Parts: sequence; C-alpha cells; structure tokens
Amino acid sequence: MTDTTRAHPWMANSAPGAIQAMLDEIGAASVADVFEQIPQDHFRTTPLDLPPTLSSEIELKRDLVSKLKKNSDCETNLSFLGAGVWQHHVPAIVDEIVGRTEFATNVWGSYQSDHGRNQAWFEFSSQLGALLNLDVVQLPVYSWGCAIGHAMRMAQRITGRSKVIVSQLSDPERLSVIRTYCQPSAMESHIEVVMVAVDPTTGRIDINDMKSKLDGDVAAVYVENPAYLGTIETEAAEIARLARAAGAETIVGVDPVSLGVMTAPGDYGADIVTGPVQPLGVHMQCGGGVGGFIASRDEEKYVLEYNGFLVSIVETLEPGQVGFGLACPHQNSYGSREHGKDWTGNSTYLWAIAGAVYMSLLGPEGFRELGNLIVSRARYAAKCLSEVPGVKIVWPDTTFKEFVVNFDDTGKTVAEVNDLLRARGIFGGKDISGEDNALGQSALYCVTEVHTAADIRTLCATLKEVLS
Amino acid sequence: MTRIPEFRAAKWNEPVVMEMGRPGARGQLFPAPEEEVTQAVGTNLIPGAMARKDSAKLPEITEFEAQRHYLHLSQMTLGMMGISLFGTCTMKYNSKTAEYATLRPELAEVHPYQHPDTLQGVLEIIHDFDGILRSLSGMDQFIFQAGGGADAAYTMTAVARAYWQDRGMLGQRTEMVTSMQAHPCNPATAAAAGFKVVNLPLEENGYPSLDALKAAVSEKTALIMINNPDDMGIYNPEIKEWVKVAKEAGALCFYDHANFNGVMGKLSARELGFDACMFMLHKTFGAPKAGGGPAVGAYGCTDALAPYLPCPVVVKDGDRYVLDEDRPKSAGKVREFWGNIPQVVKAYAWSRAMGADGINLASDISVVANNYMDKKLAEIPGLEISNPSINAHRMEMTRWSLGPLTEETGVSTVDFANRMADYGIDPYWMSHEPWIVAEPFTPEAGELWSKEDIDTWIGVIAQIAEEARIDPEMVKTAPHNQAIAQVKGDAFEDPAKWAMTWRAYQRKILGENKAKGVA
Amino acid sequence: MRIGLIVNPFAGLGGAVGLKGTDGPDTVAEAMRRGAQAKAGARARLALTRLADRVPGAAITLAAGALGQNWAADLDLDATIIASPTVTGTARDTKEAVRAMGPLDVIAFAGGDGTARDVASVANGAALLGIPCGVKMHSGVFAVSPHSAGAMLADLMTSPDRVSWLDGAEVMDIDEAALRNGILAPRLYGLARIPVSRNLMQAAKGGPRQDAASALSSAAQGIVADMDEQTLYIIGPGTSAGAVMTAAGHTATPLGVDAMLNRALVAQDADDATLKGLAEGRDVRVILGVTGQQGFLLGRGNQQIGPALIAKAGRNGLIILATEDKLSALARPRLLVDTGDPDLDAELEGFVRVSTGANREMMMRIASG
Repeated sequence: MTDTTRAHPWMANSAPGAIQAMLDEIGAASVADVFEQIPQDHFRTTPLDLPPTLSSEIELKRDLVSKLKKNSDCETNLSFLGAGVWQHHVPAIVDEIVGRTEFATNVWGSYQSDHGRNQAWFEFSSQLGALLNLDVVQLPVYSWGCAIGHAMRMAQRITGRSKVIVSQLSDPERLSVIRTYCQPSAMESHIEVVMVAVDPTTGRIDINDMKSKLDGDVAAVYVENPAYLGTIETEAAEIARLARAAGAETIVGVDPVSLGVMTAPGDYGADIVTGPVQPLGVHMQCGGGVGGFIASRDEEKYVLEYNGFLVSIVETLEPGQVGFGLACPHQNSYGSREHGKDWTGNSTYLWAIAGAVYMSLLGPEGFRELGNLIVSRARYAAKCLSEVPGVKIVWPDTTFKEFVVNFDDTGKTVAEVNDLLRARGIFGGKDISGEDNALGQSALYCVTEVHTAADIRTLCATLKEVLS
Repeated sequence: MTRIPEFRAAKWNEPVVMEMGRPGARGQLFPAPEEEVTQAVGTNLIPGAMARKDSAKLPEITEFEAQRHYLHLSQMTLGMMGISLFGTCTMKYNSKTAEYATLRPELAEVHPYQHPDTLQGVLEIIHDFDGILRSLSGMDQFIFQAGGGADAAYTMTAVARAYWQDRGMLGQRTEMVTSMQAHPCNPATAAAAGFKVVNLPLEENGYPSLDALKAAVSEKTALIMINNPDDMGIYNPEIKEWVKVAKEAGALCFYDHANFNGVMGKLSARELGFDACMFMLHKTFGAPKAGGGPAVGAYGCTDALAPYLPCPVVVKDGDRYVLDEDRPKSAGKVREFWGNIPQVVKAYAWSRAMGADGINLASDISVVANNYMDKKLAEIPGLEISNPSINAHRMEMTRWSLGPLTEETGVSTVDFANRMADYGIDPYWMSHEPWIVAEPFTPEAGELWSKEDIDTWIGVIAQIAEEARIDPEMVKTAPHNQAIAQVKGDAFEDPAKWAMTWRAYQRKILGENKAKGVA
Repeated sequence: MRIGLIVNPFAGLGGAVGLKGTDGPDTVAEAMRRGAQAKAGARARLALTRLADRVPGAAITLAAGALGQNWAADLDLDATIIASPTVTGTARDTKEAVRAMGPLDVIAFAGGDGTARDVASVANGAALLGIPCGVKMHSGVFAVSPHSAGAMLADLMTSPDRVSWLDGAEVMDIDEAALRNGILAPRLYGLARIPVSRNLMQAAKGGPRQDAASALSSAAQGIVADMDEQTLYIIGPGTSAGAVMTAAGHTATPLGVDAMLNRALVAQDADDATLKGLAEGRDVRVILGVTGQQGFLLGRGNQQIGPALIAKAGRNGLIILATEDKLSALARPRLLVDTGDPDLDAELEGFVRVSTGANREMMMRIASG
C-alpha cells in the first residue's frame, strides 16, 4: 500500500493540498469531475492486482539488485557467445557520457534547446561514414536485422523489383526479422527472399549459384562481411559488380569493429550498407544494446528512400556558425503518416551517442589495433581449439572474430559440451546444431579483444578435460 | 507574480569532433596480440582483397579531450532539465536507482543466448512485469521485443498477418482502419506491413463517428488501430461500440495506449473489448526515452492472439523461468532478441515504486494538472483551444492553437518554440501531421511537475505572447540565449547543401568555399 | 513580390437584401434601392489594417478610389495607386483595374465568386487571394477571414518561406440570372494558383514538400489498374479527377468532362447527352474530385454529369480522389452533393471511400447541399 499520508517523491502535486488547490482554480468539485468525458460504464471493474509497493529507494534497490544477482554474467564467467551481440570492451568515458541525464532523459528534444545532442548525433554519422567511406549515415534503427529489412525495402522502392538474394547461411535471428519486413507471400507488396548457396569449403557465397539467381526481378543482393558464421567475403567486389550489371542494388552488412583492418564497403561497390551499432561502445544488456545503422552514397535515389532520421550540418543565422537538424523530415512517418517511407519512432539514438564517443576515443590507430587484436586472437583460439581431440574448425583461416567449431567427433552434442563448460565458468559458443546449415554438432564461437591468450588456453584446457 | 527564469545556455563554440586533435594522438590503446598468438597465427591475417589500405579519417584526440568534448555537448543540451510540458511524450522522472541497477554487470554484461539457468533474475523481472501489465490492461500475455511504440504497432500488424494467414484469409483481410487523429505510426506501420489504410475523419464533436466506422469495416478489414484519448485531450465515449462493430465484422481491435497516463488504473483495454494493446515503457512507465531510444513498446494480447506473438515469450515453468521459442504459429521476429531489457527493468522499478495507489494517483494528478494548465492558458490572449465548442474537461493533454496570435503578429508556433528555449524551457510538442488546427502546440502537464512549475511555464508562454506583439522580429529570430543561433532550414531539403556526414560537408560546402576563396 | 489589391465595392450587396449576388448594374441598383450597404470595402480595410500592423510601410499596388485606395486611407502602407476607369458597377471595373495594375505576383481581391472569376480571367499567371465578403464563395481561392487574408499578405512580404503555392484551386461561379429564377447552375470557370500557409514542421525548420501531385498520381494509378472492362468511366473536371486521365496516358480536359471505356478515351469535354449515349447498356462509374474548402462533390462545376448518369452509377459507383490535406481543410467533414434532384441527393447520402494515395483511403460522409 502507498502511504497516503506521505507525498510520493516522484509526484510534486501529491503533496497535501496541491490537488485541491488546482481543483479550486478549475472550479471542479472533485477529481471525478475532470474525468467527465469517460462514460461511467467504461471505468474498469476489476481492481488492480499489483505486487506490494516498494515505497522507499532502499526497498526498491534491494528488490532490483537481489533479483539481478540471480543472473550469471560474462564478466565473472568466460563467455564465447556472439552472433548478433558481442562482448567488447566499453571505455569508461562512454558510460559516463551516455549516462548524462541531459542525454538519458525523457524528452524528445529540439534543435534550439538540444544542440549538443544533435551535434553528437552528427558526429556518430560522420565518424561511421569515415569508417565506411560513405557520405550518408542514418541514425540507427532498432537493430541490424531491422536495418537490413529497411534497406531491402529501400531497394524494392528504388528498383521496382521484388526479390532479394541472401546467403543460405544467414543468421536465423536476423533472417526472421528480414522475413517479417519482406511480408508474407499473400501480400501484394511481398518481397521474395531467395537463398543463395555457399561454397562448403569456404563458407562464402557461391558466385555461380548467385549468377543463376540474379534475374531481372532481383531488387538487391545482401552480403555480410564478415558473414554470420564469421567468414570474410573476399569476392564482395565481384558480387557487387554482378549485382549492378543485373540492375540490382548491393546491400552489405558489416561489423564496424572490423573496419580498421577490413576494406571499407564504400570502396568495393556497396550501394547500401548496414551493420550493428552494439560493438561501438554499447554493453550487451541481454540483447537490449542492439541497434542497426544504414548508410549509402550521397545520391538522391538513396537519400530520399531512408525511413528515419538523417542529421545534416547547416548554417545558423549567425555567420560562420553551424548547427544540426533533420534533413528530408517528410520521408519519415512523423512527417507524413503512411505516405512516409516505412516508419520511424523512438529508436536507439542513445547508442549513436555511445558510438560517437567510442569512435572518437579509438581514432584510426585504435581501430587498426583493435581489428588486428581481434582477428589475431580469434585465429589463435581457432588454432588452439583445433588441437583439442575431436574438435574441428569448419573454415579455418577465413574468419574475423567468429568461427564455427564442430564437435561431431567428440561424441557429444553442443548442448552437452556447453553444459559441461558452464559448470566450469565458461559460456561456450552459440549452439547452431539446430539450424539449417548441414554443419552437424557445431557451435559459433566469438573471440574479441576482451579474451586474452590465457583465456583461450583456459577454454582449450577445459574443453580437453570435459571431452576426455 | 510568476518567476520567469533568467537563463543563458552554455555556449562553448565547440568544434565538430572531426576537426579536433593532432596526428598520432590517442584516446584508447589496445594491447598488442600476445607473442604466443602472433607466433601461432602470424600477422596480416585479412586476405589481401579485403585488407584495408587507407587510414579511416577519424579524429585523433586524447581520452580527456573526448571526455571534455562530449561533456560540453551534454552541457549544450537542455534535455528537460528546465520545465517541459511536452505533450504526447509524458515527461517523468527517470529513476537513477533503476538506471544504476541496470548498469550492474548482472544485466549490462549478460548475453541473450546464455543458458536460461544463468538468466533467472532478469527473466523473473520480465515475468513479474508482464504480470503488472496484465493487471493494468486485462490482457493475457505481454512481450517486449518491439523497440518503441511504433514498433509495437508494427508488431500488431505482424500478429494480425499471422492470425489471418492461419485462417487462410490474409488475401481477403487486407485493410486496416484507423482515425485521422491516431498517431502516424499506426497507418505507417500498417502500410509497411502491406495493409491498405482506411482513415476516418474527425467529426465536429472531435472524434470520428461510429457511422463512419460502420461504413468502413467489412469482411476485408483485418484490424482497427485506435488511440483514446487522442492528442487533443478528447476521449471517444463510443469506444465500446466501436470495438463491438469492428468485432462483428471480424476485425481485430488494437488499442494504442500511447496516451495511457490519464487513464492508467482507470480503464482496462480488455474490459473495453480490445484484443491487444500497447504501452510505451519509455514514456508512461518512467524509463528514459533518451531523445529517441532505446525504448520499448510493450505489446500485450489475449490468449487467442498469443500463439502468433513473435518469439521468444518469457514463461514460468514450475519454479523456473524459460524463453519459449517453440511457437509454430509465431508471426516471426520484429527485432532480434527479447527487447531493450534495461528499459523493461526500469519500467518494472517504476511500477513497483508507484504501486497501484500511486499509479491511480498519478493519473488523477495528470488530468487535474492538465485542466489547471488549460485554465491558465485560456487567460492568455491570442491562444485558442482546439475544438473550442467542447466544454468538457480535457484528459491528460490538450491541443492548443496559436492561430490568432500568428495572424496578429506573424509569430508562428515554430518561432514560439524557439523562443521558449531562451528561458531554459524545453520547446513544446506541436502536433503530428496533418495539422488539424492552425499553429498547434500540445502541452501535457503530467504528474511530475509542480503547480509552481506549471505556473512558471504558463508565465513564459504569456511573456512570449507579449513579446510577439511588441517585437515580433526578436521572437522570429530566436533563440538568442542558446548554445547556437537559429538553424537555417533551407539545406534540409536541398540535395546540393544537405550534408549528413563530415565527409559530405567537406566535399560539398568546405570544398566549395575553398574554391571560392572563402575562409 | 508584387502584390496588388482590388475591391469590388458592390460585392455582398445582394445578400444583405435577399438577392443572390450582385452581378450587373441592374442588380446593383436594385440592391441599393433596397438599402444595401457595401461591405467589400470595409472587409478589404480589415485585411489592409492587419497588413499595416504587421508590416508598417508595406508596398502594395491599389486600384484608385473605391476600388482600393479609399479603403487604405490613413494606414501605414506604401501604396502605389493605379488610376482605374470610371466605376460602372459591372465586371468591367474589376477587369480593367487589374489590367491597369500591370504584372503582379499576387492579386488580393475583396469580392465574391463573380469577382474571383473576373480577376482570374485577367490574372495572367498571378496567384489569387480572396478576401471573403460576397454571398457566393464556391471558389477555392478565399481566405477564411479578412484578417487571415491580411496575415497572408504580411507573410508573403516578410516570410515567403512560410507560404507555399497550390495550383488548381477552383474558380466557380453561378449564372446569377439563372439563380434568381431559381435555377442553380454553378460552373467551373477556371483553375487558379493560390498561396497557402505552410505547416512548419516540428522537427524541421524547412516546410513540407507539397506532395499532393504524387499522392494523387499514386491513387490514380490504382484506380486505372482496377478499372473493369466494358464499364464507362466518366471523369469529372479538375486536377484530382484529371490525374486518372494522366495515369491512363490521356490528356484531361481541365474544365470539362471526359470518358473512358476499357482504358481508352471515348469522349472529351463531353455534355450530358453524349455521356448518356455512351452509357447505354453499360455500367457507369463517375470519377470525381472535391472542391476546396466547400467540399462539393456534385453540382458545382460538373453539371455536365446529369442526375440520370449519377443515379445509374449510384453512390458505390462514385470514385473520388482528394488529398488528405484537402479533406482535412474542409470547413465541415462532409462531401456535398447538389445534383438538382433532391431525391437522388438523399439517396447518395452516406459514406464513401475517397482515394488519398497508393493503398490509402478516407471515409467521408456525403450530405446533400
């Protein structure tokens, strides 16, 4: 029960007499009077049945912390989970800045009162543009899968075609989102998702199969680099060239932390680029840290098809001064209801600020060091794991931070292996044995800058122990 | 006499980060790969075709310079730390207790693919909060995957598709019916989901007529999407009949509960007959929206629709909480993973700290305070309430018009909002499109602000109205006390001038200025 | 921005004394005899006062004497006075005065539909801004009040970015002689350019792109795609209905009625008899726009489509196009019909779907005039 004799700390007008003072001003006899628009028979009859009120901050904190402590996390355990959310280092400055109440606020904001935030947004797009070598970057949408979905719908509007080609070895989590965005086949504006085969020896897209599917109905080819299962798509430029020749758009998905060492997609023919923002300074948060960016060249045919917020630098009334605001606002659904290009709303813009701080801290050399560190340790982990009896690396030496580990010859399922590891403080890679990939009992392992060589040795030693 | 704030925003003339720093400066170092690593795998591991040759043109600054720069930017952001009666977004205090709890590694450093045994704490919170929302709405199951209110509306359209597909009727049920006053996300998401949109106009009494709905629904209607009360502060008293009419035509009924603050604890979506509803946790339930997310649109529905929900659904199995992914009729995911979980935790914290009585009191206060605000606004010449013929008290927010003042002075609602920032008052929300009243603004008093705050806010509005008459040019060129002067809007729709990145700005504007010899 | 203002000093006289309009010297004399007071000048002064308050010293071109100049006396305006011919109380006064003012960007006028029609006939590309004061205002060129007309003039001078332009506003007028004999025969005389206030958006300082044309074009493409074989499609006047002709690859008659059969053009600028002949033995659908502000669907400017054809099509045979902006701006949320047959009007009452874009419709209530 709320203590009705005490005002609530979050409601100024719960102080004694405040409601009455306002009712007196209004000339209303009672609180019920101001609800006069609602017919009596609309009011709920079932009483609210909520858990007891936690009246004080002390009680509230105790409840939250005691519940959360029932979780085990990736700081106390050694985790090799990735696949859409990855454990990367988050610099302390990033946490400080995204925690600033001016940013982590309830308000939507405006150009004139929230200039600093708008500048931070522009700096996110600018720095990501520098990594991608592309001139237009939209503020992030809900997730990478949503970014891909929007990009495919952009391609449909641009080309007037209704098929997209994706890899047979796509992430089922993202693919499920993509299929939602592409609509069921019963809908008139449905986009058909066509699967292209992969080369079983490399995990890369089978170019010949792609050629055979690249007909005049294809709006876009979607290629991830690195791909879901970690492989680097060395033929990305050729894929983009073939797509362009067929009148289709090339949509690329990239991991931004790879871009210190991997070629910028703007340099190999990508038309629309998508990717996750979580690696850029956002904690995993049970998947609550995800967001997805969309980028392209600065051509009207692309710019006019974006669904959300594009922040442009502009002049102000004061000569020599710059400010920031939304370009092409009438494309999004706020500006023009269903005439808008898809829809937008609250998204993941706080992570744009996280990303801006993160990228400014790393700089060009930081990204190079980071990319090199990740790929080195990941390859090392793969190499060490391949030496564990019964364990095979499916595509060695072709991956960035993730790689497929096969356990077929161990006589154990991935689930069994992971249970054994978990009991020893290790979260094994994502179990992909139930996915449509013909890879048997396999797991997707992720190694990043947070995993030291010693961690990797611990993993291998523990695996040897539990598999023997 | 109301105290009018004297305010000057921080003005740092802060450069764009891309202009900062010096070659070789570092803000973050990474260890070199251990020797055992390089010995085992070598160097230059990226295949030649994919190895980056150029150096990304990022700033090179120190750790302190990054901290100082972004602190300056936060200082040049008002972020509701003045007084904000920002309608449709329901300004609340965002509990730091809850915020700090979510920053703990037990949540921040948790991966969604961890074994459920390691996730029992967070799953318990999600499950308990689901229960709280069930009680508030009467629905049977909630999910939190949607990344905002609009995404929850999209979830509804996806669930409706799966529902009709399951019945083999998706080819027939092709239409979504909504009102012109519904939030634009309803028609926009329905269109993106592939439905035809049928809009209902507002009648003279401020809401769409039941007759219009009767004429609109048919065997083609897949669903209706309705908010109530609307952004004018008007409650549709025929909503029960609406739901009845739509259901008689077979349509699903979705209650967009964006404007829940004035009716929380008072109405139950289920009791009104709805099949599904949506709550905005980043608004009504006290989680910060952070200038545009991460947010959560909590989507709830009846048992009849639950099989079509996107996966996973958090369920309790005996003493354990599990993630149910095995739902063959599921509509598919609208977003990866289970949602913006920290925001769910914050909303849970809000609900627990408010309790049933607190929630009821908050809706009382928000409607009383809004009517107090209306009374005070009505005393300012040049302002006009929407639907002036409606005498009933408005709900938790009210649409107002500056039309008379604009005609008289030429000062528009945009000018007015700009000038508010000069007083440290967050500019108000104007209106979603289409603008049904001239020069609109939509304040919402809420339960956060004190009566004195509301008086101050009204005082600033009255002051600016006076300024508009005395010196309209000053108002039209506002802000004058802010971090920067008024931005010039012409570039936003001009392909030759817009620049969404520093690269583009250098190419289009700086390059051109250089060519012209401009400094 | 060159702005001129003209007053039809006799506009509004008839209404005050029970005459429906004041076109022609005889009617004016009759109105005066019945004791009418001229209102147009006073209305024009309200608009000019608002302008002078908002923009002291505003430059404006006025017709001399009672046609303009007199109503600006003592106002802080930089008026250029253009001498006009003698005031005769006929349409010639207005036309001559407008011609004498030379090239203009905007012509504000105080008058009714008759004045609008006269001004439009000599506008020579200038936009029209009506200051309401006549009894008849079927045209879509009028501001909602004299004050708002004055405010629009001020915006045009000081904040042109807050004004956008709409082409195709209907200039409608009734044949007044026929009206006084009890016959209502309003006609569409032309399409004019008008200034409209731009809704400045919350998020953007820049105003909305006026995308009415593309919304209509998408709606029209959908209509053409759904056309039934062997059904006669009658396309009413105006840009909205005309979008269907364009979508089908034909050129619309802006002020007249066209017809299509199996997507081919079978009649241009047709009269009722021709259309009836074509409709023999076929289903009929009628494609219509909506007049701005007033919301007329039938009976204003499209009388070529007679009651018999409309009855044959029925309410379900009406295909209506309009943008959401236009529908939202109607004085009342109604589509008015006045077919000349009260029974038919009553039959048409009820709700119709208006196409507002690709896969978008708005339910609108039809009411009899």
